[in-house]
Parts: sequence; C-alpha cells; structure tokens
Amino acid sequence: MQPSGYRRFSPDRLDATFAALADPTRRAILARLATGQASVMELAAPFDVSQPAISKHLKVLERAGLISRGRDAQRRPRRLEARPLAEATGWLEAYRRFWEGNFERLDAVLEELKAEKKRGRSKR
Amino acid sequence: MKNRGNLKLSASGDREIVMTRAFDAPRSLVFDAYTKPELLKRWLGVFGGWTLPVCEVDLRVGGAYRFVWRHAPDGHEMGMGGTYREVVRPERLVNTEKFDESWYPGEALITAAFTEQSGKTTLTVTMRYESRAARDAVIKSPMEGGVAESYDKLAELLGSPEVRGTQRRERT
Repeated sequence: MQPSGYRRFSPDRLDATFAALADPTRRAILARLATGQASVMELAAPFDVSQPAISKHLKVLERAGLISRGRDAQRRPRRLEARPLAEATGWLEAYRRFWEGNFERLDAVLEELKAEKKRGRSKR
Repeated sequence: MKNRGNLKLSASGDREIVMTRAFDAPRSLVFDAYTKPELLKRWLGVFGGWTLPVCEVDLRVGGAYRFVWRHAPDGHEMGMGGTYREVVRPERLVNTEKFDESWYPGEALITAAFTEQSGKTTLTVTMRYESRAARDAVIKSPMEGGVAESYDKLAELLGSPEVRGTQRRERT
C-alpha cells in the first residue's frame, strides 16, 4: 500500500540522499555550496582533511545528485542541486505532519483533562 | 491551535528518529493521555476514517500492549504491539514496537521522556530502529501500513462536509 502521492519520489535517489546527508563534512560542504558555487580547493580549505578526502565526499554528493559540476573546465566548480534535498525534507515533512496531527488531538484531550481536574478541585 | 508547529523532528545518528513537542499541561496528565486506552483512542492515529477500537495496555515492566486501528469505510485494519521495558510514571516510558504487517525490518525501541517546567510538559520521543535501513524506511513511508491511506485521500476527505467539522486541524 504505497500512498499514491509519494510515488513520484524515487526511493533509490532518497537512499542515496540520506546516506550522503549522514556525514557532517558533507553537510558542511552543502552548507558552503548553498552560498554559491566553489572549486574543490575552496571547499577543502575550511576542513582539516586532505583534498583527496574532500574529493571522495564530493563524489558521494554527486552520486546522490545533491551537487553538480559547473562548466568552467579549469576550476570545475561544484554547485548545489536543490531538488533532491527538497525531496528528502518532503518525506520528513509528511512524517512530521502525521505526528503534528496526533499531537494537536492530544492538545485537545489535555485541555479537557485540565478542565476536569479544575472542576474536580472546585467541587471539593 | 496555540501549540501548532512546535513539533521538532529529526533523524539522529544512524538508527534513530527523535521527536520533541511541548504541551500546555502538567506531565501527569500528558503521561495519562499517553498510556490510558480511553484517552489514547481519542488522539493516536484516529483521523480520516481511522479509529482505534482495540487498545489494550498492561502498564508494568514486562507488560504487553496491543493496538488495532480500523478504517471503517473499507474495513482495513492495522495492528501493532510490544512490551513495556520501563514504566516510571509520570516521567519515562520505554517500550518495544512492532507492526503486524511491518514495512520496516525488526522491532523498534521507543523511549518517551516527560519533563515538566512551570506546569508545561516537554515530551521527547526517541525511536530506535534495528538498522539504518529500517529507520529510513519509517521516515520515507510514514503513511504506509495504513495509519492513514495517503495525504491525497486525506485531502479528499477534508473536502467533504462531515469531516470538515472534526478534522479541520489536519489541514495545513
């Protein structure tokens, strides 16, 4: 029973997206790219890791479709691809809405319990 | 609703989902609403035609619980249950969780912590799954398994007058 509204998302792509997002260095790289495209050297600069290590991270992000390479052949700047990220947060958003619905009903139950408690107290 | 939007939800580490939500009530009441069948039936997964007709809770360490939701329009049912590992009223509840027709492998371990400050309660629920794949399956297909058929279906239901009165809070 796959909800029809979610079929347009690709599960494989999402697996790759979540795996790519699991690493703090990769999240930092994405945060940097959110401010504009950057070369591998520029991306490696703030980190205490080797350039090959950064290149490896970039490969993971590229495979997940989260970044792409710009046209400039020499700098080969990386840039952020917004769509897969939006898909990943979309899933979390649906899950969040499901629980928000539960908790809003729970709010209403609690309001009643509070009112009952007050009534019980004033009777005594 | 005044509490709308204060739910925080995130994936944590490889295997967990962590959820926090504040309630404008003392934790003894939140704990009750979270553990007493007659109260659970009024909020947990009950919307868009779903009810919780079976809700059995044996609230002690080693005690079992069993929930079955039913979708009246088509008779579809979904069951789940588990065992309580820790019961510290009104501050902490730890239980296992497994759906009858689970869409993720293994059993989940759910820890609910209730902290109170100035009469308000913060509920922190940590859901720990057996593997990263299981956790990701939960995040990715929250509506699978029948708690709600889909938000498309829900949107349809919200358009009908008899639901509009009771389900308005589902609308975003």
